[in-house]
Amino acid sequence: MEGFPILTLITFVPVLGMLIILLLPGEQKQTIKITSLAATGVQLVLAVILLAGYNYNAGGVFQQGSFQFIEKARWIEIEGFDWLGTLKVDYFMGIDGISMPMVLLTALISFIACISSWNINKSPKGYFALFLLLDTGMMGVFVSLDFFLFYIFWELMLLPMYFLIGIWGGPRKEYAAIKFFIYTLLGSVFMLLVMIGLYFSASETLADGSQVFTFNLLALMDKANYTADGILSPFNPDNLRFIAYIALFAGFAIKIPMFPFHTWLPDAHVEAPTPISVILAGVLLKMGTYGILRISFPIFPEITKDLAWYIALFGMVNIIYGAFVALAQKDFKKLIAYSSVSHMGYVLLGMASLTTAGINGAIFQMFNHGTITAMLFLIVGVIYDRAHTRGINDFGGLASQMPIYTGFVTVAFFAAIGLPSMSGFISEALVFIGAFGVEEIRVLTIISTLGILLGAAYMLWTLQRIFFGNLNEKWSGLKDLTAREYVMLVPLTIIIIFLGVYPSAMLDIMNTSVNTLVDFVTIKVGNISVSGLLN
Amino acid sequence: MSEVSLLSLSLIILFLPLIGFAVVIHFGKRFSKLYLFEVAIMGIALLLSIIIGYFKLTDFPIKDLVYSFNWIDFGNVPLIGEFKIELGIQIDNISTIMLFVVTLISFLVHIFSIAYMHGDKRFSRYFAYLGIFTFSMLGIVLTHNLLMMYIFWELVGLSSYLLIGFWYEKKSASDAGKKAFLVNRVGDIGMFIGILILFTHYKTFTFDTIYTQMAAGNIPFDSFSWLTAAGILIFMGAVGKSAQFPLHVWLPDAMEGPTPVSALIHAATMVAAGVYLISRIFVMLTADAMLFIAVVGAITSFVAATIALTQNDIKKVLAYSTVSQLGYMVMSLGVGAYVFAFFHLVTHAFFKAGLFLGSGSVIHAMHHEQDIREMGGLRKKLPITYSAFLIYTLAISGVPLFSGFLSKDGILAGTLVFGNLTGHWLIPILSFTVALLTAFYMFRLVIITFHGEPRNKEKYDHAHESPLAMTVPLIVLAVLSVFIWYTPNPINPDAGWFSAKWLQTPASVVPQETRFDFMQNDFSGAKYYSNEMIHSETYMHELHTLHYPAMILSILLGGLGILIAYLMYQWKKINPDKLAERFKPLYNFSLNKWYIDELYHYTFISGTIALSKILSWFDSNIIDGAVNGTAYITRVFANVSNLFDKYIVDGLVNFTAFISGFIGMSFRRFQSGKVQAYLVLVVFSVLILLLVFNPF
Repeated sequence: MEGFPILTLITFVPVLGMLIILLLPGEQKQTIKITSLAATGVQLVLAVILLAGYNYNAGGVFQQGSFQFIEKARWIEIEGFDWLGTLKVDYFMGIDGISMPMVLLTALISFIACISSWNINKSPKGYFALFLLLDTGMMGVFVSLDFFLFYIFWELMLLPMYFLIGIWGGPRKEYAAIKFFIYTLLGSVFMLLVMIGLYFSASETLADGSQVFTFNLLALMDKANYTADGILSPFNPDNLRFIAYIALFAGFAIKIPMFPFHTWLPDAHVEAPTPISVILAGVLLKMGTYGILRISFPIFPEITKDLAWYIALFGMVNIIYGAFVALAQKDFKKLIAYSSVSHMGYVLLGMASLTTAGINGAIFQMFNHGTITAMLFLIVGVIYDRAHTRGINDFGGLASQMPIYTGFVTVAFFAAIGLPSMSGFISEALVFIGAFGVEEIRVLTIISTLGILLGAAYMLWTLQRIFFGNLNEKWSGLKDLTAREYVMLVPLTIIIIFLGVYPSAMLDIMNTSVNTLVDFVTIKVGNISVSGLLN
Repeated sequence: MSEVSLLSLSLIILFLPLIGFAVVIHFGKRFSKLYLFEVAIMGIALLLSIIIGYFKLTDFPIKDLVYSFNWIDFGNVPLIGEFKIELGIQIDNISTIMLFVVTLISFLVHIFSIAYMHGDKRFSRYFAYLGIFTFSMLGIVLTHNLLMMYIFWELVGLSSYLLIGFWYEKKSASDAGKKAFLVNRVGDIGMFIGILILFTHYKTFTFDTIYTQMAAGNIPFDSFSWLTAAGILIFMGAVGKSAQFPLHVWLPDAMEGPTPVSALIHAATMVAAGVYLISRIFVMLTADAMLFIAVVGAITSFVAATIALTQNDIKKVLAYSTVSQLGYMVMSLGVGAYVFAFFHLVTHAFFKAGLFLGSGSVIHAMHHEQDIREMGGLRKKLPITYSAFLIYTLAISGVPLFSGFLSKDGILAGTLVFGNLTGHWLIPILSFTVALLTAFYMFRLVIITFHGEPRNKEKYDHAHESPLAMTVPLIVLAVLSVFIWYTPNPINPDAGWFSAKWLQTPASVVPQETRFDFMQNDFSGAKYYSNEMIHSETYMHELHTLHYPAMILSILLGGLGILIAYLMYQWKKINPDKLAERFKPLYNFSLNKWYIDELYHYTFISGTIALSKILSWFDSNIIDGAVNGTAYITRVFANVSNLFDKYIVDGLVNFTAFISGFIGMSFRRFQSGKVQAYLVLVVFSVLILLLVFNPF
């Protein structure tokens, strides 16, 4: 497969599908749907091919040599500004153990969300075109190794999301869409500033020996590339790296979403149509934590170490606060949205530990939260499609009416609770193992364990209110799962249980990279020449 | 039989019920007889566990058989080095015995359930749940490490949740299931943190690896307090699962589940898992941790026994009795009587499972009546159930010739010695009081239910002895409640094979200065020791001195309890109602379970819900309010900008235009089209220019 641009393909296959859809007449709803299913299906197949060719022993993170499926080409080159030198941007893609799980997750969730979109009948042409564009944006973020390219994909995903919520959403869709858009855009602005600051602080030596400023993330990780007086250069005594770190972190934190930047999430989820909620919770939220791991940690290792305690603190707040607020919700979808806030807190806590177990747990939790929460939102969608209400207290006794559905709900709920034998348990346990091992954040970790109690409380209470008790006569007409819904839920269930029993299948993918990252951030602290334990 | 085949067999036993679960849950609806598959599987598991038990105890009496594998491999981790997580199973004597106990009771309960659950609309699902429970329970029994213990610990929690709430149409049932899961999670959090302490320090979950290092003087974070904390925190798991005070509140409610489930899960096996856990961590308990455990156990057994005195629901009495007996076992481990705790676990498993199945038989006969005030005189109608029930009652009351006497007597002697050696007299006082109370409330139950005249004639007339599927398990369990299975000498368990030969105490691994003086320490390096060798000479001396006084005292107290029960309920020499009237506050205190549920309701539950509402309000009004406020301010600012733009900026533009216009207007007058006027203008202009530039 040498030289075959598989990452470009996996990223742009959806756009290809989009172009076809745009050429189709809008009345051919079925063709449009099949086209987008095919596009996401091909993407999923490509992801599996990637996995098959994936080298488990390659570290990546900061070493270009051990990234896989690399594609690198000069993309933009503008010469002639004296003060700027040569502006050059690379089209630079590659994956390592941090991005591989996210690529798999994106392909999987997009495919399932596409199936879930089958009952979208309001101008499907526009919907599926935007949906596929969104897919490309997400995938691009996870495979980019150039900050500029990363940023472009990051922004690319914003616009379709805005329209998908704003047009196909619920009653308050405009409010939710604008809130999402502006909030995320605010984060992007911070990111843009840091990106430009980094660009002017580091240079890369080209093949012909000339020095140029760079957006190359790997070059930005190497301290040797920084100029003496760059605004974000560690060698500049008056550098603004600390402020830049905070700004960049805020940009990512909005996406996670981290307390107190999380309030766009419940609104966006409640208003978004089911498949978009699935994408939002399943993939989009991970872009924040992925960005922190891919960009913040290795580019600013020394500040990461200084601020780890605060990241852990925010993780703890997310876990506990999210769980408490979830407990008070009466809207099923809003409850799941807040449970996401709580579950993403584990990711923050695990990352903040800066240990192999903790970061493995964090990335694994990103994947698991993706599958579990996707399942939860699909479940909400199933009942909303039938009953047109999401009020938890409106239901009762559905277990007798919809036994198969109830079975899947039970699996998903217990997965969210972190029941052993399901994937969520492993990632949460690894997060706790990692975080507990670090003395500074041990107390925060102990407080965070309350989250597993509160999580069980809101989930079981919801299960009881919706499914147990006597059946409300109003719902005696509800049908159990359709074949299409079954097809969406079964693969997720299998993955959740498979990874709960055999977590190494996923952990082995990320492990080498996580060790590399931990070594790079905590021991090398960005000085690539300093040899850590791994070399 | 070789080690490998024993280990393979136990793995087969472990996974058989899981297969049963998977098959029955998926196809149970289509094939109505499929539950028999699950029953058959349990039969095979029982047979295999007997085979394992025989060969393990004869071929490898003091050897632990271990099989383990790498579950997660983190590779070469910075600053730590090679880092792996192993899972595995371990067959030692206590796991062998537990294997037998669990599969036997599970099998009997399966048989019993065929008749008891007959006609239930979710009949096959019930058997599937029993399958997943048995699988999880066997996992706890076989694990050789803490992580797997925790994993299966949670899984039994799940199956318990599913089975308690099996009749989920009833709100009380689904409430009880939820309560059980959540209360257990409280304990599990403690257990998890305890495990984290050990793992952080030793980088392994495996019991033996941890203990080897501990024995070499390597203790968590080089601190006795952390060591004690780890012990107590892991014990928290047992507090939840074994329903110890203050987390005992879930178990009585768990009686909402089908009665055979109560027998299997909430009397014999799952709730004993806590005791089993303490046995597993027994060697790493410091004196402080042991004392803590002993006190918790003693308080539990006392509190529960006092509550059992006044309950009127047949299952509630048995539930509190279970809590009380579990307290006994926990206390027994706390005072260092390891062997008797485990012994009592086994004997209790049989007679308590019997008591619950017996109550199930009664409830079945009475058409789901559970209030003992509606019963009476049932011994004529249910002769087999009655006889079996009576045997279990004699066993639990500690009457000689029955199994409970042997194990209970050992525990009581242990507490007495403990009190004498350490000065903690509260523990033996409570434990002997509980012996009295137990005999009383159990005989109260038997007399009210089975003796005297029927109080509800109609229900009595419809009552009938249960079918064979229900009576056979009762008979088997009754037979197992007789002393002969454990020792040939009915008053001295030490003479038998069970406690003296099969059960040996593992050597303590904590540093000497953190042990009780009576936990002897000059071990030869072997892992297991007989009961005599584990304790100091002083302890053994005390034990020999106090054994018979303890035995006599326990027989006397048990007899007294039985006598009072007869006086009050059989011969009606003492009127219980008058007694209740005279001690009204005490009676109410017992009847209302010490108001502990109410206390929790008004503190923890209401507190949590109130806090969640406050935070939710905070979230939507303050945090989101700030977001919307920012948006609002932005819009206000935008409007102001708009006004500024409209009137000032645009005003300026318009003003400029206006000025231009004005000037234009002014100059327009000159554009009159009259040549003379232009000429005059030119001349004037030239004159002015000449004047200004003055070229001359």
